[in-house]
Amino acid sequence: MTMTSNNGSDLAAVEMVSVTVDGVTIEVPRGTLAIRAAELLGVEIPRFCDHPLLDPVAACRACLIEVEGMPKPQPACAQVVSDGMHIRTQVSSPVAREAQEGVLEFLLLNHPLDCPVCDKGGECPLQNQAMSVGRPQTRFDGEKRVFDKPINVSAEILLDRERCVSCARCTRFADQIAGDPMLELLERGAKQQVGTAADQPFDSYFSGNTVQICPVGALTSAAYRFRARPFDLVSVPTTCEHCASGCSLRTDYRRDTVTRRLAWADPEVNEEWNCDKGRFAFPYLREGRITSPMIREAGELRPASWPEALDAAARGLAAAGSSTGVLVGGRSTVEDAYAYARFARVALGSDNIDFRVRESSSEEAAFLAAVIAGTPVTTTYESLEQAPIVMTVALEPEDESPIVFLRLRKAARSGRTRIVNVGAVATKGLTKVRGELLAALPGAEAQVLQMLPADIRRALGQPGAVILVGERIASVVGGPSAVAALATETGASLAWVPRRAGERGALDAGALAGLLPGGRQLVDPSARKQVAAAWGIDASELPTGVGFAGENLLAAARDGVLGALVSGGVELGDYPDHALAAAAFTGVGFLVSLEHHHSAITEQADVVFPVAVVTEKSGTFLDWEGRPRPFGQVFRDSLYESDARVLGMIATTMERRLGPSDVAGIRREHAGLGLWEGFRGQVPDRVPGFTMMGEHQFALASWRALIDAGVMQEGEPFLAATARQVGVWMSARTAASLDHPSQVRVIGPGGSIVLPVQVAEVIDKVVVLPMNSPGCSIYRDLGARVGDAVGLVTVKRHEGEGS
Amino acid sequence: MAELPQAARGFGVTFFTMFKKVVTEQYPEDRDKYPPKPRFHGRHQLNRWADGLEKCIGCELCAWACPADAIFVEGASNSEEERFSPGERYGRVYQINYLRCIFCGLCIEACPTRALTMTNDYELADSSRASLIYEKVDLLGPMLPGMLPAPHPMVPGLTDSDYYAGKVKGSVPEQANDRPAAGGLGATS
Ligand code: SF4
Ligand code: SF4
Ligand code: SF4
Ligand code: SF4
Ligand code: FES
Repeated sequence: MTMTSNNGSDLAAVEMVSVTVDGVTIEVPRGTLAIRAAELLGVEIPRFCDHPLLDPVAACRACLIEVEGMPKPQPACAQVVSDGMHIRTQVSSPVAREAQEGVLEFLLLNHPLDCPVCDKGGECPLQNQAMSVGRPQTRFDGEKRVFDKPINVSAEILLDRERCVSCARCTRFADQIAGDPMLELLERGAKQQVGTAADQPFDSYFSGNTVQICPVGALTSAAYRFRARPFDLVSVPTTCEHCASGCSLRTDYRRDTVTRRLAWADPEVNEEWNCDKGRFAFPYLREGRITSPMIREAGELRPASWPEALDAAARGLAAAGSSTGVLVGGRSTVEDAYAYARFARVALGSDNIDFRVRESSSEEAAFLAAVIAGTPVTTTYESLEQAPIVMTVALEPEDESPIVFLRLRKAARSGRTRIVNVGAVATKGLTKVRGELLAALPGAEAQVLQMLPADIRRALGQPGAVILVGERIASVVGGPSAVAALATETGASLAWVPRRAGERGALDAGALAGLLPGGRQLVDPSARKQVAAAWGIDASELPTGVGFAGENLLAAARDGVLGALVSGGVELGDYPDHALAAAAFTGVGFLVSLEHHHSAITEQADVVFPVAVVTEKSGTFLDWEGRPRPFGQVFRDSLYESDARVLGMIATTMERRLGPSDVAGIRREHAGLGLWEGFRGQVPDRVPGFTMMGEHQFALASWRALIDAGVMQEGEPFLAATARQVGVWMSARTAASLDHPSQVRVIGPGGSIVLPVQVAEVIDKVVVLPMNSPGCSIYRDLGARVGDAVGLVTVKRHEGEGS
Repeated sequence: MAELPQAARGFGVTFFTMFKKVVTEQYPEDRDKYPPKPRFHGRHQLNRWADGLEKCIGCELCAWACPADAIFVEGASNSEEERFSPGERYGRVYQINYLRCIFCGLCIEACPTRALTMTNDYELADSSRASLIYEKVDLLGPMLPGMLPAPHPMVPGLTDSDYYAGKVKGSVPEQANDRPAAGGLGATS
C-alpha cells in the first residue's frame, strides 16, 4: 500500500474495517481504496489512471473488479472499501478477468504500433499489462485513428495523441499538484485527446512530471526523445544540486553520459515530484569543462601538471598565510564546504571565509549563526502540511524552492493551512497556494513584520505555525532581526529557505567568518577547544579574531588587505556589486580557483584546479529543513577530484596536516563533533530599514526565476524556452499613470534597460524585474539592488530596438 | 592379413585413402567453388529503401534481442534538413562487435523494419579488436541503381507509411540534396 506522508501520522487514530479480497480477509483503515487493499495482499490489479497522489477519477476502467452485491464490475481505484465487503479480482473472478481483458482490448483498438519508436518502450505499463491481462490476438481489422504527431504542448513536452489512453493523469497533475491547469482532455469518443489552448502552452515549472507519470508514451520530453532504451541505462539514486528543496532524483546514464533524470520517490521530501530545472538542467555536467590544472605564466594561463599547479598554489598561499580570503560558492556539498572551512582555519590560519555569493549582510550572518546554523531538523515539509498558518517572508517559493511551493499548495488544498506572504506582489504562485499578500515595499518588510495585523499575529501563536524566510532577507535592513523576534514572540517555528543547494550545508560546516562547524562560535573558548581537538591542533592555533565576510571580504581583497583568495564554485555575476567583485578578483595578489567550468574568475586566477561535478563525486546536501540528502557517485571511474581532495593536496604540498579529505572521513570527523548546545552568538537587534523613493521613482523588487540565465542551466534550449517571459511587472495603476506603455526603459543607478511591460498584481510604487534572466540582470544592467529606487520612461516601439 | 605387423596395417589405411574422393576444401584457393548455403548466417547488412533512405529506425530491438550483447545502437531524430530514414527516428550510431557476435540471427528476427539482415560473408578475421567493431558505414548495404545516399528528403508526396507499404520504387530527382558529397566533390562554384 502506498502511503503518503500525511496519512502516516493519522493512521493510529483511524478506524479499521475488514474486507475480503479473493477470499482472504484483512483489516484496512476506513477509506482505503479497493486497489490498495488488494495491493496489501500482493494482488496487482491492472491500472492506468490510478495514482496514489492524485484524486481518483476512474477514467481508464482497466481495474474492474467484482464487488459482491453490486450488479456490474466496479473500478477498484475509486471503490472505497466498507466493512464486510467482499471483493473478487481477476485472480478469483472470471467476470473481473473478462472485464479487464475487454477494457484492454478497447484501449488497444486505436493504439498505434509505435513501440519501436516510442520512448516508453521497455518501461511501458501498457506493454506490460497487454502482456499480463491482454488477449494474445487482436480482433480489430479496421483503420486506426491517426493524429499529426508529435505536437508540442510546450517547448519541452511533446505529445503523441494516438498513444494516449485518456487516463487524465497529466491533466490531474497539472490541475491538482502543480496548479497549472493548462492541459485538458478535449473532444469525446475516439477523438478524445489531451491538448492545450492554442495561445497557452503547458509552461509549468513542473511539466516534466507528466512525462514520468504518463502510463504510455504519449508525453515525452524533447530532451530525452529517442536518446536511449531503459535497458541501456544505469540508474543511480542522487540528490538534485539545483536548489535547497533537496529532491531525490534518479540519474540514468548510458556509457559516460547522463541521458535523463527522474524524480525519485521520497515521501518526506519531494513525494514523487520534482521541478523541470532538476529534471532537465544537466547538460552542463559535460559541456565546457576545465580538463587540466592551469597556472599563470608571463600573464597567460597555460595547462600545467598537477604537481606543478599544487606547488604554485602552495607557494602563493603559504606566502599570503592568514591574510587569505576563502570564498565557497553556495553550491558545494557539506563535505566540500567543511573542507574549505577547515582549510581556511588550519592550513591558512585565516577566518576570512564566506559562502554567500549573493546579497548578504552582517545582520544576516549573525541571524544565521544564532538561529539556524547547526540546529537539528525541526521544521519540515510535514510541518508545512500540518501548519495552521505558514508565513513566507522574502521568499517566492515557486521560483526559489519549488518543492516548498508544491507542499504549500498541498497544504492549502487540504484547507488546513492559511498562507500569508509578506512581499510586494501577489504572484501567480501565491494565488496557486491560495495565499494572501501582506503588502510590503521591498526593503521595508521588517516594518511590516513589526506591525502585523492582530489576526495574523494571533494565528502565528497557534501551535504548529511556521515562518519561512528566504535568503533575500539579507537585503532588508532589520529583516533578520524582525523575523527572529517575531518567531520568539509568537512561538512560531522559523525556517530559513536559501536558494542554492549548498548554502545550509556550508553554514553548518562553518564556511562563514566567525562560525565553526555546527554553529560553534569562533570566539567561544569551549567551542574552539572541541573543534581544535577534532582537527588535531591546539585551540591556540585557530584564528583568534573574527575575519572578513561578505562585501568586506571583497573590499579587503581589492584594497590589498588580503594577499590571496581561494574561490570554489563562485560566479562573479552573482555578486550584487559587480564592480567591487571584479576589482577584488583582479586586484588581489594571488588567486586560486577551484572550478569545473571556465568562468570570469578562472580567467583571472593564478592557479586553476579542475574539480568534480556532482555526478563525479559522492557527498551530501542539506536541504532547507537541515535534512541530510546524501548521494553516491554516478561515474565511479571519473578522474576528477572533489574540492575537498584538491584542498587536501594543496595542504599536503604546504606541509600542513589536515584531517581526512575523503567523503567518509570528513563525514566521520564532522559527525564526531556532535550537536552544539553552547553559546550561539546574539540574535541581532537592528532597527528596521525603510525604502526611499523620489516622486517619480519606484522601488525595485526582484528575485531569480527558476528558469533563468543561471550557468548550470546552459546547454538545454528546450528548458530555456519554457522560462517565464522577461518583463517589468507593474500594477495596473502604475501602467495607467505611464499611459499604458508596451515597453518601458527602467533606469537604475548604474544603467538602464528596455523591457516589455506586464501588468501584474504588484503594489503601487513598485516594479518587479527578474534578477538574472536572459536579457535582464538587475545587477549588471541597472547596477541596482533589491529595494533601490529606479525610474521608468515610456518607450515607443522603434526606440526600444537596438538598445 | 592377421599376421601382418600393426604398422603395415595402419599404412594400408593411408594407402587406400589415396584413391578415395577428396573431401577437403581448399581455402582460400577454391573458396568460390564452395559458396555457403543461401541461409548461412554471415556478416550483417543494414538495408536501404529503394531510394537510398535507411531502413533502420534506431529502435534498438536488435540490441535488445542479442544474447551476446554485441550490438550498440543510438537513435536520434530526423529533421527536415537532415533525413536518414522515413519517419521520425533513425539510427545515428550503429555498431556490431564481431568479437562478441555468435551469429545466432536473433537480431534480424527482432528487427521490425527488415533493416537488419545477414549476408553470406563469413570472412571476418582481422588483427585488432577495434577493427572488428563494425560501424554503420561498414554495415550499410551497397548503393544500388536508383538510390541516393542519405540524408535526403522522402519521395515528395509520400509518407513513411507509404515506404512501409512498398510504394517507393526508386529515388526521384527532387530528392537530390545539393550538399556536396563527401570529399567536396560536386561543389561547382
Ligand atoms: S505507449 Fe507503450 S504500447 Fe504504446 S507505443 Fe509506446 S511503448 Fe508501445
Ligand atoms: S497523455 Fe498520458 S497521462 Fe495524459 S491522459 Fe494521455 S495517457 Fe494519460
Ligand atoms: S547474430 Fe546473435 S549474437 Fe550476433 S549480433 Fe545478432 S543476436 Fe547478437
Ligand atoms: S536494425 Fe532494426 S532492430 Fe536494429 S535498431 Fe535498426 S530498425 Fe531497430
Ligand atoms: S485505474 Fe481504475 S479506472 Fe483507471
